[in-house]
Amino acid sequence: MAKKEESTAVETTKIDAKIPAGPLAEKWSNYKAHQKLVNPANKRRLDVIVVGTGLAGASAAASMAEMGFNVLNFCIQDSPRRAHSIAAQGGINAAKNYQNDGDSVYRLFYDTIKGGDYRAREANVYRLAEVSNGIIDQCVAQGVPFAREYGGLLDNRSFGGAQVSRTFYAKGQTGQQLLLGAYSALSRQIGKGTVKLYSRYEMLDVVVIDGRARGIIARNLVTGKVERFFAHAVVVGTGGYGNAFFLSTNAMTSNASAAVQMYKKGAYFANPAYAQIHPTCIPVHGEFQSKLTLMSESLRNDGRIWTPKSKEDAEAIRAGKKKATDLKEDERDYYLERRYPAFGNLVPRDVASRAAKERCDAGYGVGNTGLAVYLDFSAAINRLGEDVVRARYGNLFQMYEKIVDDNPYNTPMMIYPAIHYTMGGIWVDYELQTSVKGLFCIGEANFSDHGANRLGASALMQGLADGYFVLPYTIQNYLADQIQVPRMSTDLPEFADAEKSVSDKIKKLMSIQGKKSVDTIHRELGLIMWDFVGMGRNKAGLEHALEKIKEVRKEFWSNVFIPGAADNMNAELEKALRVADFIEIGELMARDALQREESCGGHFREEYQTPEGEALRNDEEFSFASCWKFNGEGEEPTLLKEALDYEFIHRQQRNYKA
Amino acid sequence: MDKTINLTLKVWRQAGPKAKGKFETYKIDNVSTDSSFLEMMDVLNEQLVAERKEPVAFDHDCREGICGMCSMYINGHPHGPDGEITTCQLHMRNFNDGQTITIEPWRSAAFPIIKDLMVDRGAYDKIIQAGGYVNVNTGGVPDGNAIPIGKDIADEAMDAASCIGCGACAAACKNGSAMLFVAAKVSQLALLPQGKVEGAHRAKAMVAKMDELGFGNCTNTGACEAECPKNVSISHIARLNREFLVAKFQD
Amino acid sequence: MWLIDSSIGRKLVMSITGTFLVLFLLFHSIMNLVVIISPEGYNAICEFLGANWYALVATSILASGFVIHILYALYLTFQNMRARGAERYAVKNNQKGVSWSSQNMLVLGAIVLGFLVLHMYNFWFKMQFVELTGIHTGDFHPADGAAYVQQLFSNWVYCVVYIVWLAALWLHLTHGIWSALQSLGLNNKTWLPRVKVIANVISTIVVLMFMAVPVYYLLGCGSGC
Repeated sequence: MAKKEESTAVETTKIDAKIPAGPLAEKWSNYKAHQKLVNPANKRRLDVIVVGTGLAGASAAASMAEMGFNVLNFCIQDSPRRAHSIAAQGGINAAKNYQNDGDSVYRLFYDTIKGGDYRAREANVYRLAEVSNGIIDQCVAQGVPFAREYGGLLDNRSFGGAQVSRTFYAKGQTGQQLLLGAYSALSRQIGKGTVKLYSRYEMLDVVVIDGRARGIIARNLVTGKVERFFAHAVVVGTGGYGNAFFLSTNAMTSNASAAVQMYKKGAYFANPAYAQIHPTCIPVHGEFQSKLTLMSESLRNDGRIWTPKSKEDAEAIRAGKKKATDLKEDERDYYLERRYPAFGNLVPRDVASRAAKERCDAGYGVGNTGLAVYLDFSAAINRLGEDVVRARYGNLFQMYEKIVDDNPYNTPMMIYPAIHYTMGGIWVDYELQTSVKGLFCIGEANFSDHGANRLGASALMQGLADGYFVLPYTIQNYLADQIQVPRMSTDLPEFADAEKSVSDKIKKLMSIQGKKSVDTIHRELGLIMWDFVGMGRNKAGLEHALEKIKEVRKEFWSNVFIPGAADNMNAELEKALRVADFIEIGELMARDALQREESCGGHFREEYQTPEGEALRNDEEFSFASCWKFNGEGEEPTLLKEALDYEFIHRQQRNYKA
Repeated sequence: MDKTINLTLKVWRQAGPKAKGKFETYKIDNVSTDSSFLEMMDVLNEQLVAERKEPVAFDHDCREGICGMCSMYINGHPHGPDGEITTCQLHMRNFNDGQTITIEPWRSAAFPIIKDLMVDRGAYDKIIQAGGYVNVNTGGVPDGNAIPIGKDIADEAMDAASCIGCGACAAACKNGSAMLFVAAKVSQLALLPQGKVEGAHRAKAMVAKMDELGFGNCTNTGACEAECPKNVSISHIARLNREFLVAKFQD
Repeated sequence: MWLIDSSIGRKLVMSITGTFLVLFLLFHSIMNLVVIISPEGYNAICEFLGANWYALVATSILASGFVIHILYALYLTFQNMRARGAERYAVKNNQKGVSWSSQNMLVLGAIVLGFLVLHMYNFWFKMQFVELTGIHTGDFHPADGAAYVQQLFSNWVYCVVYIVWLAALWLHLTHGIWSALQSLGLNNKTWLPRVKVIANVISTIVVLMFMAVPVYYLLGCGSGC
C-alpha cells in the first residue's frame, strides 16, 4: 500500500533497436547484404533451440534446419501440429495486389502502422510487408490449399482496417493450413534428423552463461523429469499471454511462462498493456465456461452488426419476450455503419470491440446477460443466397450452432468481445534478438510489429515472416561469432542452478497443500483482469487491480492445492506453474496500463478519449515502447523507453469514418 | 436455457502405460446442458481435486475443434455421439438426465495409453515425417499464381487437408487402420500440382511407415469417415490406393 | 514382396481374387438359369464342363482363387485383430452409414465357405469328381446335371439351406464388390455412391439368378407346370 502512489522508476538508458540506416524500402536489403553469415560446415556445429512449434517456431526450426543448423525443437503438446496457430480462421495478408485494387508493400505497411495506432516500429513493419508476398509463394509451394477463383488463381477477401482485398484464405481454417504447411516442412527435417523434436515438454527456464543464452530447462510433461538442454542460441516462439484473463480465445496450454522466465533472466518485456480484444466471439454464458470461442473476423465481410435502436426492444429481447427477427429494419441500429461510414463493419478490432462495449454499457445489449450484440447475415443471404454464404462460412456457422444451439442462417448470431491476442511481448531489436544476447523471440511472443493493435490476418503473416524469412537470416549475424564456441556441458553450474531453481519452485508449489484449486485462483485473477485491465481502463481501476493481484499472488502461494506427485504426469502442477507466471504478467499489464496515460489501439484509458468516444493518443509524451526490466523478486521493475521515431510516416489521429 | 442434468460417469483410469486400468464410476450433479463435454470433465476434476483425489488425465487444448488434441471414446463413439465435431465441441445437451456415460481412451495398438484417457499418437507424426510434405526449402519458390489450380481441385484438396490428426479414424476402425489419415495427406498433395511431382514416392513411403508402425489393414468399412470430426471422405482412400498401386506397378 | 508385406498390396490381392470370384459367380449363375429354360441345354453345358482338360485347368485356377482369397482373409484378420490392441472397448455402438456386412466379412465368408462344402458334396463331387474318378455313386448319369438339380431341390430342406446360404453370399457381395473397386482405387467422391449402387445391383442379380433355381423347383415347376 505504501508504494501505491510511488511513480515508477524510469531509466533513460538508450535502447538500441539496431535499425539499419538508409531509406525505409532499402533497410532490409541493405541489412541482408551486409550481415554476417555462417558457412555450411560451421552450421552443422551450431545448435539452436527453438521453443514452440506454432507458425513462428515451426517455420523457424524448419528453415534453420534446411540451412544446416542443428535444431532442437520443443513442443508442449503431443505434436507440433497442435500449436494454437492452428485455430486462426480468417486469413493471411500479403501485398500481392492480385485483385488490382491498388495494394502495394507500402500500403500494407501503412495500414499496419495505422492499424497499430502508430505505436509500432516503422522499419520492422516495412520489412514485414516486404516479405509478406514470399510467404504466400512459400505456402503454395508446400501444398497449402488456398481458396482459388474459377480461373485457378488465388482468391482474396477483405479484413478490418484495410480498403483493399489482400487476405488469402483456406476456407475458415487458414491458420490450420498454414500451420500444417510449416509442420510438414518441420516434419521433413525431423525425418532427416536435422531437427530433434521434444514433444510434451515445457520450457521452465532459460540458462544464461556469461550474459548469453546457452540453453533451457524443460520439464518432460509425461515423466515429470526436469531436464537440461544446451544450444548456442535460444529462440522462443511460445505465443501470447492472453490466458492471464482465464477466459480468452487462447488454447488451454497457451501460456506466458517462457516469456516470464526470459523477462526474469534479463529480457525486457515490452508494452504488456497492449492486449487485443476481438469483437466477434461467442458471448460468455456460464460459470463453468473454460474458454471463449472466436468467430472469424472474415464474417464481418458479409455480416452486419447491430443492436436494437430502442432500449425497450433491447430489454424485451433480454427478457425473452422478443426475438431479433421481430425487429424491423428501422428498429435496428447498425452502429458501426452509422459511426464509421467509410469502413463500416470492417473497422479495426479495437474500434469494433469498444463500440460493442459502448452499446452494451448504454443498455442496448442483447442476450440474457445483455452483454452481446447481433451479427446478422440476413442481408447477405438475401443478396448472395444461402448456398454462397454456406460455402464461405459454413464451418463457422456449424461451430456456432453446436455451441449455442441456434441456427445463424435463421437468426442473427450473438457476439461479444473477448481477449484474443497480445501485441505486447518480449522486447526484440530489428534482428529479433532480446536484450539478452543469443536469446531470440519470434511470433506473438515478441512485441515487434503490431504496435497497440493488430489488424486481422496479420498475426499469421508476422509469425511466418519471422520464422521463414527474418530470423533464419538475423540469427546468423549472431551465430557467426559463435563458431568457435564448443558445445558446452549441461553439468556447468549455471545449468545446475537453473535446474535447481525450477525444482525448488515445483517443490514449493507441491508443499503448499492448501484449499483452492489452481483453476479457482486463475479464475479470480481473470475476473480482476477483465474488470479492470480489460477493454476500458482507468487510473483508479488499475491501482485497484494492482492491489487485488497482490492478494491473488499471496492466496496462490499460500493456499493452492495440487494433488499427485511432481515426478509424474501432473496436469494440476503444470497449470499451477503457468498461473504463477500469469500473476506476474497480470501485474505487469496493469502497471504498464497505469503508466500509459493515453489511449491507443487496444489500450483504452477512459480518461483519454475524444468527445465522440474515440481513443485519444498523446504522441508528445507516449510515443515510445515501454520496456520493463526485471529487478528481482518482490522489487519494482524499471521502465525503459524505446523512442518511436517516425521518419517516414506522418502520424495522425486514426480515422475510419471517412 | 439453464437446464441442468445429473449424470453417472464410468471413466477409464490407468496410472501409466504398463499399469492395469479399470473403470471408476463417478456421480456428477447439476451439469449445465450448455456446457461442453470437456467443461463437464473440468467440473468432475474440480470435484476430484476437492476430494483430494487425482483428477482424470485427458488431452485437450484449443477447445474449438481444430487442434485435434482432444480424444475420448464416449458411449461407443470417438468424440461422442454427435456428428462432425470433436469432443471439445460436444455439448451436454446431447445427453439426458440420469444417463450413464462411458468414457474410454482411444484403443489401438499403435496408440499406447499414457495415462487415463490420454494416448500417444506419435505414430501419426512419424507417418508425416516419412513423406507427408513437399520437398521444398524456404525461399526460391515460384509465384503463388504461377501455376493455376482449378477451384474444384483446390476445394477437394482443402477437404482432404482439413484432417486434424486426432486419431478418431484409427480409434473407430475395427481394424485399427490409419488409412483415412494417411489418405487425407496423400490425396491433398496428389491433387495439387506442387505435390504431384513426388506423389509416387510419398504414397509408398507413407504407406510403408503406416504398416511398420502396426496399424491394421483397411477393409473399407467406412467407420473412419462416419466418425471423422471433419468429415474427410473415404474417396481419398481410393485415391491413395490408386497412387500407391500405380507407383508400385511403375517400379 | 509388396503383395504380402504392404497393407495395400494385400488388399490388392483380396480385391483381384474377389473380383475373379464374382466373375465366376456371374458365369455360374447364368449357367444355372439354363436349367430352367432348357434342361437339355444345361446338360450340354455339364458335359462341356466335365472331365475335360480345360475345365480342369479352370477349376484349379478357380480353386486357387478361393484358397488365396481365404488365406489372405485370415492373414488380414489376424493382423487387424493385433492392430486393434489387447484391450477392447467396453461400449461399442454402430456408426451411421457403416453396413453390418462390412464389419463381418470374415463371418459371412465362413458361412459361405461352410455351405460351399455342402455344395461341393451335392454337385461337384457327384458330377465332375465322379467323371474324373469314374466311381459311380448316384442314380443318375454324371452328365445329367439337370436331373440332379431337380432331385435335390425337390427337397425343401435343401432349398431353405441354399436360400440362407445365398443370403449370406448377398451380404458378402454387397460389401465385397464395391470394396474391391475401392481397393483398386477405382473410385472417387462422385462415384462413391454410384459404385455402392452398382455393387448392390450386381450382387442382387447374381443372388437372384442363383435363387431362381431352388425356388423354381421348390414351387414344383420343374415337374411339369
